[in-house]
Amino acid sequence: MINIRPDNFQLPDALSTDAARVDDLYMGVYYFSVVFTVAITVTMLYFVWKYRRRPGIKAEPVTHNTTLEVTWTVLPIFFVMVLFHLGFKEYAHEAVAAENAIEIGVRGQQWSWTFTYPNGKQDASELTIPVNQPVKFIISSQDVIHSFYVPGARLKKDAVPGMYSSISFTPNTIGDMQIFCAEYCGKDHSGMLAKIHVVAQKDYDAFLKKGDRLDGEPLDAYGARLYKKNACYTCHTIDGSKGNGPTWKGIWGRHEDIQGGEGITVDENYVHESILKPQAKIVAGFTNVQMPPFTLNDDQISAIIAYMKTLK
Amino acid sequence: MGAATTAHAPSASHDTPDPNENYLTVTKGVWSWLATLDHKRIGIMYLVLVLAAFLTGGIFALIVRLELFTRGQTIIDAEMYNRMFTLHGVVMVFLFIIPSIPAALGNFILPIQLGAKDVAFPRLNLMSLYIYAFGACFALYSMVSGAVDTGWTFYTPYSTTTHSAVIPMILGAFIMGFSSILTGVNFLATVHKMRAPGLTWTRLPLFIWALYATSIIQILATPVLAITLLLLTAERTLGIGIFDPKLGGDPVLFQHFFWFYSHPAVYIMIVPGMGIVNELLSTFSHRAIYGYMFVAMSSLALAILGFLVWGHHLFVSGESEYSMMVFSALTFLVAIPSGVKVFSWIATLYKGSISLKSPMLYALAFIFQFTIGGLTGVFLGMLAIDVHLHDTYFVVAHFHYVMVGGTVFAFVGGLHYWWPKITGKLYNETLAKVAFFLVFIGFNITFGTQFIMGSRGMPRRYYDYLPEFEIFHQISTVGSWIIGLGFLTALACFIQSLMSGAKSPRNPWNSAALEWQTPTPPPLANFVKVPVITRGPYDYHLATEQELSSDD
Repeated sequence: MINIRPDNFQLPDALSTDAARVDDLYMGVYYFSVVFTVAITVTMLYFVWKYRRRPGIKAEPVTHNTTLEVTWTVLPIFFVMVLFHLGFKEYAHEAVAAENAIEIGVRGQQWSWTFTYPNGKQDASELTIPVNQPVKFIISSQDVIHSFYVPGARLKKDAVPGMYSSISFTPNTIGDMQIFCAEYCGKDHSGMLAKIHVVAQKDYDAFLKKGDRLDGEPLDAYGARLYKKNACYTCHTIDGSKGNGPTWKGIWGRHEDIQGGEGITVDENYVHESILKPQAKIVAGFTNVQMPPFTLNDDQISAIIAYMKTLK
Repeated sequence: MGAATTAHAPSASHDTPDPNENYLTVTKGVWSWLATLDHKRIGIMYLVLVLAAFLTGGIFALIVRLELFTRGQTIIDAEMYNRMFTLHGVVMVFLFIIPSIPAALGNFILPIQLGAKDVAFPRLNLMSLYIYAFGACFALYSMVSGAVDTGWTFYTPYSTTTHSAVIPMILGAFIMGFSSILTGVNFLATVHKMRAPGLTWTRLPLFIWALYATSIIQILATPVLAITLLLLTAERTLGIGIFDPKLGGDPVLFQHFFWFYSHPAVYIMIVPGMGIVNELLSTFSHRAIYGYMFVAMSSLALAILGFLVWGHHLFVSGESEYSMMVFSALTFLVAIPSGVKVFSWIATLYKGSISLKSPMLYALAFIFQFTIGGLTGVFLGMLAIDVHLHDTYFVVAHFHYVMVGGTVFAFVGGLHYWWPKITGKLYNETLAKVAFFLVFIGFNITFGTQFIMGSRGMPRRYYDYLPEFEIFHQISTVGSWIIGLGFLTALACFIQSLMSGAKSPRNPWNSAALEWQTPTPPPLANFVKVPVITRGPYDYHLATEQELSSDD
C-alpha cells in the first residue's frame, strides 16, 4: 500500500540501473522546491499579517533597490544552469546504449505493441528480457504516433511512423515492468499496455529457443535472404568491391558524403529512407545509375538493417 | 494624475450621444450594443462570450473527471471520453483563456488606464469580436457534427486520419486567430499613440506593459498557427503530403510548427494574468509595485523567451540530443523573469497597508500557485526527469497550476476588482470570499493530487487506468466538484450584484490608479475631460486625499 517515505510515495519502483539516479535528481529538485515554496508562502503570509491595514498607519513608499533586484535576477541564473547541467548529464548518460546491448524491436500499432527479438522471434504485448543485461529498444510505429513508456526505467520515447528512435536501459530486478503508451493514439489508447518480464539470463536463453520462430530464422539471415530476393547485389556488393551503388561491406555506421549536401552517418533512419526514397540522399560519386524505390515493409527493412550490421 | 471632475457638460443634442453620460445608459436597445464602437461595451460582450465558453469548457472538465471516478466505464465510453477531453482543451484554450484577459478585461480597462477615449481602431475592435464569434460558430458546428477526438494539439497523423469533425474545429481556431491578431494590433497602436498627456512609458500601469508584451506575441506567433492549421487542412482534404509519412511528410514537423505558436501562446495566457496581479497587489496594499522597471521588462523577457523554448514539448519525440540540450537550457531561462515577478510581488507587500478583499485573495493565491506551477516546470525542464514525467498527469497538473492557478485566478480576481467599475454595482464580499475559498481548496485538491499520480507513472489522456491510481483519481474528482461549486457561488455572487447590488462609489477600493479617478461606471468618453498625468498609477504617497477617497 502507500509508503510514507516520500521518495517511494512519489515515484514507482526503480527497476533499472539508472532509475535510482533519476530518482535522486527528482528528490533533490523536490526538496529544493518545497523549501522555496514554503519560504515564499511564509514570507507572503507574514507580510500580509504584519502589514495588515490599520487605521492611521499608511503604507511606506518603498519603490526599489537595484542591488537587490540585480541579485535576484542574476543569482538564479547560476542556480538553474546547475540544474540544467545535472539534468542533461544524466540524460546524456542514459541516451548512450552500452556496447553489448541486445536489440529489441518495438513496434506500436493501434492499439498494441509488437516486440521482435534478435533471432526474429516476435511477441505481442509481452516482452521477456534478461536481467542485468543492457537492452536497446529500436522503436517504430506503423500507423499514428505512440510513445513507449517504461516508468520502472524512468524512460519513454515516441514511436513515430516513418522513423526509428531508441532508448536503452539495464533492468536490475527480476519481475515485471509496466509498459504504457504515453502519446494519445485514439480510442483504446489507455488499453495499449504491455508487460516486460525480466528473467534470469538462462531463462531468457531458454525462452528464445523454446517458442515458434515466425520465420524460423534469425533477423539478419532474413535480411540476407531479402538481399538476394530483391537483387540488391546487382549494385551493392558485400565484399567491398565497387558497384553501381556503395558496397555494404562495413556500411553500418560509415560516414558518407552526400551529393550536394552535408555528410551523413549510415543508421536506421538513413537506410530506411534510402530504401523507400533512394533519391533523397545520394552518396557522392554514385549518380550514374538511379536506384528505384523498394516497397519493403518496416519488418523487412529492419531485417536488412540487421544484415548490414553483420557485414563488417 | 489629474482627478477628473464629475461635472457633466450639457448634452449637445438628442441624436449625438452625450460623451459625458454613463456608457451603460447613454444609448439604448440591442442594436446600440451589437453595433457599438465603444471599447467598454465590446469588452462586456467579449466577457459574456468568454464566460459562456468557460462554463462550457468547465462542464466538459467535470464530465472528464466524473468518468475517471471509477475504473472502466463510469458514465461514457472511450470514444466519447476522448471527445470530452479534446473539447475541454480546445474550448478552454481557444475560446476562453486566450481571449479572456486581453479581449474582455483588457478591452475594457486598457484605454481607461491610458487616459484615452477608446482604442486606436474602434471598428477593428468590433470586427475582431465578430471574427471571434464567427470562429466560435465553426467550433460549435464541429461539436454538434461529431466533435473532435484528437486532443487540442491536433497531432498528425492521427488528426489527418481520424473520422471526427477535425476540419470545422481547425477552421474555427484558424478564424479566431485573426481576432487575436487584430486585438494585438489594436492594443499596440493604442499604447503607442493614445496615452494621455504626462503618461510616460515609466508611468504605464504594469497591466498595460503585460498587455503590450502579449500583443507582440499575438501578432508574431498566431500566423504560424494559422499556416499550420491550413497545411493540416490541405493534407486532410487534398491529400497533400506535408506531415503524413505515408505521403512523404514528417509528423514531427507538425509538432514543431504547432508548438512554435502554442508555446508562445502559453505566455499569451499567463502574462496578462501577471499584469492583473500587479494591479491587485498595488491597490490592496497601497504600495507601488516593488522594482517596477524590472517587472515591466520581465513581461517583455517572457514574451521573447517564449519564442525560444518550443522544443521542450518534443523532448521524447525523437528530436536530436543537441536540440534537446539547447531547448532545455533556454527553458531554464524562463525561470529568471518569472522569479523576478514573484520576488517583486512579495517585496511589494513589505511595509504596505494590506486589505484582504476578495480580489487580493485571488492575487495571493496566484503567487502561491504560480510558484508551484513554475517550480514543477523546473522538474520538466531537466531532461532526465522530463523523460519520465513527459505526457503524464504531472504535466497536466503543472500546466493547470499555471493556467488555472495562475491565469484563471488572475482573471476572476480582476473581474471582482473591476466589477464595480464595469457595472457600477458592488457585490457581496462575504459570498465572494466563500466562492474564493471553495475554488482555492478545490483547485489544490484536484491538481495537487495529479502531481503524485503523474510522478508515479499515470499517463495523460487515459480513459481507463490501473488499480493503483484509483484513489488519486477519486480525490481529484472530488476536488473538481468543489471547484465547480466555487465557481457557481462566484456566478451567484455576480448575478446577485446585478440584480440587487448597492451602487458603487467612484473608488470603492481607495485606489490611486487612473481608472478609479473617473466616474463609476465611466462616461462614454471614459473621462469628462482629458486627464493630465503627473504621477505613476501606484504612487500612493503622491496621490491626494480626494483621489484616494471612495466618493467625491
